[in-house]
Amino acid sequence: MSTQPAHAATHDDDHDHKPHGWRRWVYATNHKDIGTMYLIFACTMFFIGGAMAMIIRLELFQPGLQFVDPQFFNSMTTMHALLMIFGAVMPAWTGLANWMIPMQVGAPDMALPRLNNFSFWILPFAFTLLLSSLFVPGGAPAGGWTMYPPLVLQTGASFPMLIFAIHLMGASSILGAINVVVTIMNMRAPGMTLLRMPLFVWTWLITAYLLIAVMPVLAGAVTMLLTDHFFGTTFFTAAGGGDPVMFQHIFWFFGHPEVYILILPAFGIISEIIPTFSRKPLFGYEAMVYAVASIAFLSFIVWAHHMFTVGMPLAAQLFFMLSTMLIAVPTGVKVFNWTATMWKGSLSFEPPMLFALAFLFLFSIGGFSGLMLAMVPADYQYQDTYFVVAHFHYVLVPGSIFGIMAGVYYWLPKWTGNMYDLKLATWHFWLSTIFVNVLFFPQHFLGLAGMPRRIPDYAVQFTDWNMVSSIGGFGFGLSQFLFPYIIWKCVRGGQRIGNKAWEGAHGLEWELPSPPPYHSWTTAPTDAVIARGAAH
Amino acid sequence: MMIRAKLASLALIGTAIGSHAAWADSGWSELNMTRGVTDISRKIYDLHMEIFWVCVGIAVIVFGAMIWSIINFRKSRGAIPDVTLVHNTKVEVIWTTLPVIILIAMAVPAARTLVEIEDTTKTELTIKVTGFQWGWQYDYLDDGVAYYSHLDRKSDAARELLSGIDPNSVEHYLLNVDHPLVVPVATKVRLLVTGADVIHSWWVPAFGVKKDAIPGFVNEAWFRVDADKPGLYRGQCAELCGRDHGFMPIVVDVRSKADFAAWLKDTAAEQRQAAAPAAPATAAAGSTASLAAAATAH
Repeated sequence: MSTQPAHAATHDDDHDHKPHGWRRWVYATNHKDIGTMYLIFACTMFFIGGAMAMIIRLELFQPGLQFVDPQFFNSMTTMHALLMIFGAVMPAWTGLANWMIPMQVGAPDMALPRLNNFSFWILPFAFTLLLSSLFVPGGAPAGGWTMYPPLVLQTGASFPMLIFAIHLMGASSILGAINVVVTIMNMRAPGMTLLRMPLFVWTWLITAYLLIAVMPVLAGAVTMLLTDHFFGTTFFTAAGGGDPVMFQHIFWFFGHPEVYILILPAFGIISEIIPTFSRKPLFGYEAMVYAVASIAFLSFIVWAHHMFTVGMPLAAQLFFMLSTMLIAVPTGVKVFNWTATMWKGSLSFEPPMLFALAFLFLFSIGGFSGLMLAMVPADYQYQDTYFVVAHFHYVLVPGSIFGIMAGVYYWLPKWTGNMYDLKLATWHFWLSTIFVNVLFFPQHFLGLAGMPRRIPDYAVQFTDWNMVSSIGGFGFGLSQFLFPYIIWKCVRGGQRIGNKAWEGAHGLEWELPSPPPYHSWTTAPTDAVIARGAAH
Repeated sequence: MMIRAKLASLALIGTAIGSHAAWADSGWSELNMTRGVTDISRKIYDLHMEIFWVCVGIAVIVFGAMIWSIINFRKSRGAIPDVTLVHNTKVEVIWTTLPVIILIAMAVPAARTLVEIEDTTKTELTIKVTGFQWGWQYDYLDDGVAYYSHLDRKSDAARELLSGIDPNSVEHYLLNVDHPLVVPVATKVRLLVTGADVIHSWWVPAFGVKKDAIPGFVNEAWFRVDADKPGLYRGQCAELCGRDHGFMPIVVDVRSKADFAAWLKDTAAEQRQAAAPAAPATAAAGSTASLAAAATAH
């Protein structure tokens, strides 16, 4: 209540300090402007990375090579992964963090606005560098996004471009993560205690620590590749006394926490959407926080399950099998809590809830195949097959990507002040959900039947399911054009909404007008407002 | 079997999309892991099915609760939310401990099988397997027999970009080689797996063996094919190894012990003879005519 006059008072200031034209974006220090740029950037990379996936599915539509050379095919799988992970999913999370964290903790902006500008503007350079490698002699990197030596050392002129692009992405992520940690630790409104924070803030806080912990490890690993290639070191070259397997250990020490970096913020978003559309507080709030923290901790001690076939000692394989299986426990707790939140609720099915429900079912399927992959003897058969491809796409597409889309559909009315076309968004949901299953479910069959991953051509008995998968891929790809169109339409206009876009929504962001003022909370919200938002 | 029936019904949805091919020789029936022809591969298959059914069981319960909620607790049906239902210690303890018990129950047989897989003692025949860009080299260490194994010529011609050759017209397209690995049945065969240039991975699903071939490392793996299962078994490289990663298949020709002994004797004699005039000093190291020929070929 008391916040309303405060907003009115700050409103004039907003316009005074808002730069116009290109300066607003290039010199941006405002968390919403930077958040918007992150989201547009992520969406662009999603479509470029998606186009590469379409080339992959086109070539795999039938046996024989019809469209691309195998080397270019390998470039497509490599670049698709790098673009989707570092260009689409991670910047989308940072964009959502920028938009939402200050609003959700009762702050006017991110703690370090200029750092925020810097961390965003690194990205276009990083990806211009990476994408321009498609046009240099030898073509784009084709050794897989995991960059295993010695293969990656055979990369042509694009090799240093790959390494420096990774360095830039890493620097951007670390700076963004520092900003998130500092904002959450120092900018919370008085009364916004840690255990009152919304789960999106909690999951991002933990994600930010994971980023700060592991991005330097990746930077170290790729720097060693660089010196092996150009300066005569032999970190990973057996002939010089080095160890190619050591790279895999270092890479996956980064890589496994990275997997959780991609999914934890989705857990946070789902934990906000399900209570909203169940009209019931989140079940087991504290258990959810502890579960995320346990998953983050465990993510540091499971890395070698990505490399069971390299020939590790028996004891090491047993340890990594058991630690990996343990992850099922906190993950199970989360899924059970979400289900219990819906139990005896009052559910409605607006687009954010639809995406959250698809997340619940399909992410769980990815979790189940993950459990299967943890069993070392069975993993010997699954490793490096399409079963693995199906597994991680189930957790990344209907997991992370649907989480992002759920978040955008949840908060878009808040950002714009307009309700979007709910009918069209529902179409987007159904098309995406049906096609994502047509696309990825048959890949389980292909993997079990013996089709290795990362191959441009296959034996004829794999034809039928590959065709189905490709049809699903084309359908999924085309359906995604609805997403930017719905957003564009909503930005242009729509039914005006009040502070709350959704009947059951709780949280500080819903206490602000829609669209919110340029500097979100210029006066800290009162304890009563915070308590009203923290519904658990 | 139940799983077959269940998956087959799923596959029917796919058949409806367009193929009228006979069920038996169609790709639609390629749905599950092979049981294989070794004791280990069957144990792996059983583990795979056990964990699969455990997952199905959990899915039925959890998805059931979700679907129940979606159907019965809808606002449109006038459901009133019970906002006090936010915590229940008893239920939370159950759903934390029960998964732990299930996981331990799954880990025990997995660990037991793994211990068996890692037991590379008492092997009867040792073959060194070297992956290279792009093919395999097989070295019968005790018998002085060595040769290269490449994708067969028919597949190799058909796999060229826009070759105009229908892959369906090529027998065992991409899964055939010029010189398969030859081994005897009912023999514990040890493989010493290594890589010559980059990392490869030697995988034959029917044996339940997948081992990375890493430069500078010698990994051990073993298999023993059932006495009544001689035949040809096929696999592929399973680690991205460059441009032609998709084109370095593996074929293992499993023969009766007598046939194998005869083959080994003949091949050893052949290779000795061929090598004798050219490079007698290095014959033991495996530099044979067929090796040299293969080397020039690639």
